[in-house]
Amino acid sequence: MTDAGGSGWAQHDIHEHLAHVPHARALGVVMVEYRDGHCVVRVPYAEHLVGDPDTGVIHGGVITAVLDNASGMAVPREHLSPEQRAIATLDLRIDYMRPAEPRQDLLVTAECYQLTRSVAFVRARAWQAADEKLIASSVATFMLGANRATPPGFNNVGDAP
Amino acid sequence: MKLLRELRAEGKGQDMAALLERIPYARFLGIEVDRKGNELTTVLPFQEHLVGNVALPALHGGTIGAFLEFTAVIQLLFDTESERLPKTVDISIDYLRSGRPVTTYGRAIITKHGRRVANVRAEAWQEERSKLIATAHGHFLLTPMDE
Repeated sequence: MTDAGGSGWAQHDIHEHLAHVPHARALGVVMVEYRDGHCVVRVPYAEHLVGDPDTGVIHGGVITAVLDNASGMAVPREHLSPEQRAIATLDLRIDYMRPAEPRQDLLVTAECYQLTRSVAFVRARAWQAADEKLIASSVATFMLGANRATPPGFNNVGDAP
Repeated sequence: MKLLRELRAEGKGQDMAALLERIPYARFLGIEVDRKGNELTTVLPFQEHLVGNVALPALHGGTIGAFLEFTAVIQLLFDTESERLPKTVDISIDYLRSGRPVTTYGRAIITKHGRRVANVRAEAWQEERSKLIATAHGHFLLTPMDE
């Protein structure tokens, strides 16, 4: 994502941002709640997300993708410079507690609990509305200013696009 | 588990392409598998809906994570007959480079194959095998045939 230089960060930008992530659109991710450093998204149950055709349970990879997506959106934007707002996932660790119930929407709540000059630490959990039982939880770290993280020619020789 | 039993009945117990065809989410991602003898490589051809960042453009981190998870699970199913699909207990993904809009490949190594839990490492690359774009390691719960 690139921001217009110098412009402030407004809440509607995150909706704009979400609308421009093709994979989030393909998964059907909808923003339910947003404030700087926190978000809740919903993924309506859909046949193409099924990982086990015998039970209709959605694939763990869907949960991985949505946790990653929501965690990235929970990185606070308001006080970051436009350059810093370009983020990249460094790592994502997910614990799966239980399979999701078939034919139910998936909800993911993500919150950024620590922010340094160059790294954001985010935790998230996936659950379902019906019983609010935890399906999966994750911790992720994001590099801020990812477009400029590596000086040109440093450590990425031969890594040209 | 019907799916694996059906495949075995059709003599496709080790046909991972046939398995992927029956998993809707694998079809959605477009994952393929390339088998050379007993070596498997998973293949993720580029598609527009896998993109996470249109400006770069780059594959969505979740796409890569899901692909690595499939790579690990397919290797497990290929190596041992199981009653059900392995269940992911945890997976940890390191993102090393942004995934460019080209084909991605994956390989998995089973570090430890216990009776109930397997420890698997997986890696993904694009044009150059030595330039990994992401690695993952995870634990998977197994259901052996004799249980």
